[in-house]
Amino acid sequence: MLDILKPPIEAFQEFVLLSIRAVRNIFRSPHYADDIFVQMDVIGVGSLFIVSLIGLFSGIVMALQMARALTQYGAQGQVGSIVAITLVRELGPVLTAVLVAGRNASGIASELGSMKVTEQIDAMRALGTDPIQKLVTPRLIATAVVLPLLTIISDFIGLIGGYFIASGMLGLTFSEYWTTAWQALEYNDLFQGLLKPFVFAVIIALVGCFYGMRTTGGTQGVGRSTTSAVVSSSVWIFVLTAFITYVWNRAFVKQ
Amino acid sequence: MTPDDSIVLRFEDVSLHFDATVALDHLSLEVHPGQTYVVFGAAGSGKTMLLKVAVGLVRPDSGRVSLFGQEITGLREQDLFDIRARVGILFQEGGLFDSLTVAENVAYPLTNQRVLQQAAVTPEGSAGNGAVRTVDDRVRESLRFVELEETLDKFPAELSGGMRRRVGIARAVVSAPALLLYDSPTAGLDPITANTIIALILKERDLRNTATIMVTHRYQDGHLMANFRYNPNSGQIERARGGEDVSQVSTKFLVMNAGRLVFEGTEPELQASQDPYVRKFLRVGGA
Repeated sequence: MLDILKPPIEAFQEFVLLSIRAVRNIFRSPHYADDIFVQMDVIGVGSLFIVSLIGLFSGIVMALQMARALTQYGAQGQVGSIVAITLVRELGPVLTAVLVAGRNASGIASELGSMKVTEQIDAMRALGTDPIQKLVTPRLIATAVVLPLLTIISDFIGLIGGYFIASGMLGLTFSEYWTTAWQALEYNDLFQGLLKPFVFAVIIALVGCFYGMRTTGGTQGVGRSTTSAVVSSSVWIFVLTAFITYVWNRAFVKQ
Repeated sequence: MTPDDSIVLRFEDVSLHFDATVALDHLSLEVHPGQTYVVFGAAGSGKTMLLKVAVGLVRPDSGRVSLFGQEITGLREQDLFDIRARVGILFQEGGLFDSLTVAENVAYPLTNQRVLQQAAVTPEGSAGNGAVRTVDDRVRESLRFVELEETLDKFPAELSGGMRRRVGIARAVVSAPALLLYDSPTAGLDPITANTIIALILKERDLRNTATIMVTHRYQDGHLMANFRYNPNSGQIERARGGEDVSQVSTKFLVMNAGRLVFEGTEPELQASQDPYVRKFLRVGGA
């Protein structure tokens, strides 16, 4: 029984140690600013189009679904507020993070995994560079900075998508839609909507790096690491969004 | 502890396991300046681990490893960096960074290792006539050494397997290390390219009197290391003449099996061995 538990516990221990070292390195020199900007470009600018597209369509879908339900109660004027709340609190952060996990946790795991199996990580250590400082920390910083920004963009474009439906199908005016959307949001929602992508970013970067750095078994191993990174980070995103929402509601929302 | 340079590398009863697999089994070893060790062994016999443990890339389960007189077994990674700067390694896969050009790869030790960054502007880095050699000069010199100066701006993916191995050697020797470790430098290469690689290893050893450990499965590689030397006047590799050359006696052969040293001695002793496992390596090369 204990033997079955040993590998996952060891893996978790390794993950925690990697995370501690990656975070500690943020405050230690040398700092690889170039690598941080390159990663921001790859993760942020590289994901911008697809994140915008997903944001737009999730806004459209939300508005379409809500329009039908709200029309039954004659409350179609509230479509802006419902789209705003669902996007900012939940859908924007989660969909953007899942997308970035699929795109970048896999990219990070496969890049680092290839470096591991071709002995580039060992070469780096042998040549005086800490691979965590050079590879993991820049990816962690870059993802933690760009994912909240991508989420803001995705939320906004989603609201625009919702407006297309509200004005085209429900006949709402510009100010009717945007006023309800604006008024529905509280600071509480905005903070929650920014905390989530930040936490997800940390998970995406660290899980991607973790699976990449422990790759063994040649090119097949790289494939396995990539798949594990995407699956694990996606699962963690859903688990954590439920956890954060629960804790947030308990702590900050008056029942 | 006072660093002692009379022994470059020392293993004292070093053992290493991965789960149930024994990688190194109570291994003891001493490497002196200018000495060459040729390590034979079947796949999985612990040859690569020997090199990785030697520079602290892998920590042993028990025993002590000392580099240049300093014990490295308990050192933190950050403290190991300065010691590793005195060691050059050629990895089996080359270990070249895909995202960097050949020039950037070769410059990497000089630009990233703390002690070498300082040396680049001190007498060690100067040409002896007062002129300070820049990193660029040293990179070009090192690539000229492996006869690949024209590949400066290329990426490793654009090079052939043999060329990548040569760039790996250029990167390993650019810092003029006191100890060089070669992990299967001729694996997967055709015989002509393999001999070119061995000629470069000989050239580096004989020009700088570098202590060398070479892991290989080709007997011929070891035979060349033990019996040939680089002649700086002709620029050629030639057979060492008995008596005046020390490479024969300073070249030792090790044979590893399941993490254990099953043979340690000179080439004639290796040839005289009756151990069937040891004799397998003699037959493979047939030199």
